[in-house]
Amino acid sequence: MARMKFLCDAERCIECNGCVTACKQEHDVPWGVNRRRVVTINDGVPGERSISVACMHCSDAPCMAVCPVDCFYRTEEGVVLHDKDLCIGCGYCFYACPFGAPQFPQTGAFGVRGKMDKCTFCAGGPEPDGSPQEFAKYGRNRLSEGKLPACAEMCSTKALLGGDGDVISEIYRNRVTMRAARGSISGPPWGWDSAYGGPQPASAPTPGPAPAPAPAPGSKS
Amino acid sequence: MTRAMTIAVAACLMLAVAACSERPQVVQYKQGTYSGKPDTPPYQSAPYNGDKAAWERAMATRAQAQNEYKRTN
Repeated sequence: MARMKFLCDAERCIECNGCVTACKQEHDVPWGVNRRRVVTINDGVPGERSISVACMHCSDAPCMAVCPVDCFYRTEEGVVLHDKDLCIGCGYCFYACPFGAPQFPQTGAFGVRGKMDKCTFCAGGPEPDGSPQEFAKYGRNRLSEGKLPACAEMCSTKALLGGDGDVISEIYRNRVTMRAARGSISGPPWGWDSAYGGPQPASAPTPGPAPAPAPAPGSKS
Repeated sequence: MTRAMTIAVAACLMLAVAACSERPQVVQYKQGTYSGKPDTPPYQSAPYNGDKAAWERAMATRAQAQNEYKRTN
């Protein structure tokens, strides 16, 4: 099995916020914390695009790199999780994350930050699978039940895909092929370059002399 | 008077040793490595009991439910 990944198809997302609702309901996420949210670009303008954003479980996760107490770990399925018993709520991960995934409940006095909370890919955390302790700290562990993340599984337009990276990229590739046959244009999946790196070439190109820069318009040679 | 002082000294002694019952939050901290509790893989849970292949089959089947081209055609 390859790594678990999310893929959001901006051509399909209709900003229904069903994924956000499903996540909050599934994990009993407290008020003020959104593990997933929908971002709309050019809202109200023809051609607007919406994207469902949460933790992308990056290959080289910045949150993991900056955490001063090393509370993050990556499972063998590639899911980035953290131990809330270690988290000190410093907020470094929030500043490091390119997707704004880490959330901090502010239920204490004087707006004090609580322990970080983020999308777990419905994989729970470092507590016994399916235990009340796991649910209270991290939410439901759907992966251990053989299920995929609730947000992706209930997406009405199937804009949000979640699961084995090879499988969902194949689903997306098939979709793009169908779109190309209809004459519409589609770009690479949103966020994949940031989260998983750019497309890997089949073979590394041999280094050669750098091409001469093209002269600017109007410049004299 | 003596009794009150005895009670006060006893209370101070109890306060002094109160922290001794606190268990350490991090047993072994090593810079740059995960220091929290270990986690079990998802296929170790009750429905699969360590059968990784069965779990992967279930996940693959579940993932294909997201492919509506396959579902409708």
